[in-house]
Amino acid sequence: MIALLGRWLVLAALAAAASGAVLGFTAARKSAGALQWTRRLAYVFALLMAGANVLMEYALLTHDFSVSYVAQVGSRASPTWVTIVSLWSSLEGSILFWGFILGLYVAGAAFWMRKKHVEAQPWILGVMLACGVFFAFLIAGPANPFHTIANPPMDGPGPNALLQNHILMVVHPPTLYLGYVGMTVPFAVAAAALFTGRLGADLLKTLRLSLLVPWTFLSIGIVLGGWWAYEVLGWGGYWAWDPVENASLLPWLTATAAIHSAMVVERRKILSGWTTTLVLATFLLTILGTFMTRSGVFNSVHSFTQSDIGPTFLVFLGMGLLFSVFLLAARIGLLEGKGRIEDPKSRESTFLLNNLFFVMLTFTVLLGTVFPLIVEAAQNRQISVGEPYFNRMAVPLGVAVLFLMGVGPALPWGKVSWKKLWSALLPPAAGGVLALSIGVALGGRAPWLLVTLFCGGYTLWVTVDAMILPLRRGKLAQSLAVMFTVGRRRLGGYVIHLGVAAILIAVAVSSTGKVTTEATLRRGGTAALGPYTLVYQGSSTATDPHRTATIAHVDVLKDGRQVASLSPRMNHYFTMREPVGTPAVHSTLKEDLYLSVMSLDQGGEVLGLRAFINPMVIWIWIGTAILSLGALLSILPPGKLAGRIALSRRRAPASAPPPAPEAGLALSSSEEGTA
Amino acid sequence: MSASRSAKKMKWFAVAALAIAGGAFAFIALGGLGENLVYYWDASEMKSAGNKAVGATIRLGGQVVPGSIQFDEGTSNLAFEVTDGKEKVAVRSVGVPPQMFRENIGVIVEGTLTKAGHFESHRLMVSHGNEYQAPHEGEKVDTHELMKTADGVSPDEVAR
Repeated sequence: MIALLGRWLVLAALAAAASGAVLGFTAARKSAGALQWTRRLAYVFALLMAGANVLMEYALLTHDFSVSYVAQVGSRASPTWVTIVSLWSSLEGSILFWGFILGLYVAGAAFWMRKKHVEAQPWILGVMLACGVFFAFLIAGPANPFHTIANPPMDGPGPNALLQNHILMVVHPPTLYLGYVGMTVPFAVAAAALFTGRLGADLLKTLRLSLLVPWTFLSIGIVLGGWWAYEVLGWGGYWAWDPVENASLLPWLTATAAIHSAMVVERRKILSGWTTTLVLATFLLTILGTFMTRSGVFNSVHSFTQSDIGPTFLVFLGMGLLFSVFLLAARIGLLEGKGRIEDPKSRESTFLLNNLFFVMLTFTVLLGTVFPLIVEAAQNRQISVGEPYFNRMAVPLGVAVLFLMGVGPALPWGKVSWKKLWSALLPPAAGGVLALSIGVALGGRAPWLLVTLFCGGYTLWVTVDAMILPLRRGKLAQSLAVMFTVGRRRLGGYVIHLGVAAILIAVAVSSTGKVTTEATLRRGGTAALGPYTLVYQGSSTATDPHRTATIAHVDVLKDGRQVASLSPRMNHYFTMREPVGTPAVHSTLKEDLYLSVMSLDQGGEVLGLRAFINPMVIWIWIGTAILSLGALLSILPPGKLAGRIALSRRRAPASAPPPAPEAGLALSSSEEGTA
Repeated sequence: MSASRSAKKMKWFAVAALAIAGGAFAFIALGGLGENLVYYWDASEMKSAGNKAVGATIRLGGQVVPGSIQFDEGTSNLAFEVTDGKEKVAVRSVGVPPQMFRENIGVIVEGTLTKAGHFESHRLMVSHGNEYQAPHEGEKVDTHELMKTADGVSPDEVAR
């Protein structure tokens, strides 16, 4: 019954998206009434998708095993939170959930622009709903989670144990999806700019905002994925250049490039065509990523055709690629502005370099990710591309991007004299030298670590300097008000830079300064790890309805004093044959102590332990929190207060004169920003 | 400042940017991929690769030979043999083996073949296929199928 209703909801959503798309591309361009109907159909699509998802949650929570997806991932023994997140724990459910998020974005965008972009809006709605057609088709056909099972089983296996093992599984996939799916909106906006042949200031603002929102979710989602791997998988790291990780990184790289080139469009009226190209590429990379992770193509190039989902995605990817290439070829000439870069020493030049590096990074990662697929398809040989390739390629480019994050904001827009150039670029070197000295004093010796530290220190200096710039002008209270209102977008951009610099420094330090040991301990036995001594005190067991856990108790001593007591565990899920370990992590601002159980016998007499000191890892999570805050600052609308301040400044320029920028860090108005 | 002069500057800038890009691509073409490939082989394939296997990064899949496991708790030195039903390879590694590690189980080891003739592994993964069964006498183990199900090969794959 529920399965039948679900199928009908999805089919209705398909119909709504299809008719909305057709209407958007045709009648809505000429009549306001038709445009209004297109918007209504967008809302209907979103409601139907939401309804289908609610229905699936209902089926999961009531353990209705006559619904095929519930029979696949449901289990009566699972705790309620696991049952709820089961929606996105397996293929069909995750695509249904994708449809829900797409509906959210489509309806949100339609509502947000209901009184804007009369010319572009039909195209935007049409493209978004066309994507909706594809996903609704996917859910209705190849990935249908609503099949009826004639003889429903009494109980199901429950979701994969690795997914049940950590609470981060509740937030990581939705965040990542909000990033991935959200790229549909800037894609539609960029396509609309190409269709209409215009990327005006208003549409550019919409494009920037529609990029920033999913970019923020994608950034958080990628880091949460790393965090999940760190907290669950037990190998002491958070990133392994796994194809699945790369798939999420690729659109992030191009989206980051697009956000920056959009600022050059805003300032210098150039790069419109290039920016739309980057946005289209971002969307295609999200589809490629979904294809790679959802079709099982990495398990085998030859077996992915066993389900219809892979080929369907491939067709959609091909169609999207053709659409983008033809659209660009036909219309990009209309977008080219008359402006040009006046000076290679200017800020806009660093943006160009930034774009170049991001494209090179994208190419590098894409090549390394796709290469094994090509080899297997062509030669039927199994290979993979090792981590050293990625590290060797991505580290120099990443460091270059980190350094540019310092150079760019230090330089003014437009023409820059040599004198100005040096007076802007030299002082921050003090920050670089400071960071470098601290690193060397604490024992850092790896060459790339030292380069990263210098560039990181340089960038932090520039960023902090730029952030507090408004405070150096006029009265403190007024400056603060300006900073958080009209200057908020600019501030937000620098806060994001602060977070990214923290993340990159932490990645460099944690990947070069790792200390590790493995030991087999009997009760009371000890092992040395750097300055610490680990003492195995014995084990205990805990029983939940769906699993039992064997917990090892390990005391950590330093200079004879206990600093922590850690309890890494081994979970035995009743539906799984193998145990799943959960490492224990003791985090401080300086370093993480990370213990992982390799093996533990029944009585807890012998413990196989793997232990790591991972320096500064917590700064990756802190940096991400800073990044999120910065994104929030630059996304939220300035509000009424900002308008009033801007007005008062305009009325009485004498009372608060914006002094001529000395080092060229122009703070003219809210137009200035780094993101 | 004449327009032509800054246009010239612009051109130089473009040339410099393209040179950097071109250099990076050469960098990729020369060093990157080729040197860092990881080969997925079973014991027979590795033997037939001969000297090519020495020093190359290899993911060797196979089954743990009964009675071959030697583990020293004090030093965490582990030695065992891996077979595909035809050839046997001696594997050495340092580290505590995972809980599921035992005789006859399917494993993947990552590392390289040494000149001395044994396989030096820095990563040991255990297959977690639920239906895994020991092959019958003389039957070849499908090591490539095994690699798909090995624990830790691509652990994130299930999640995202």
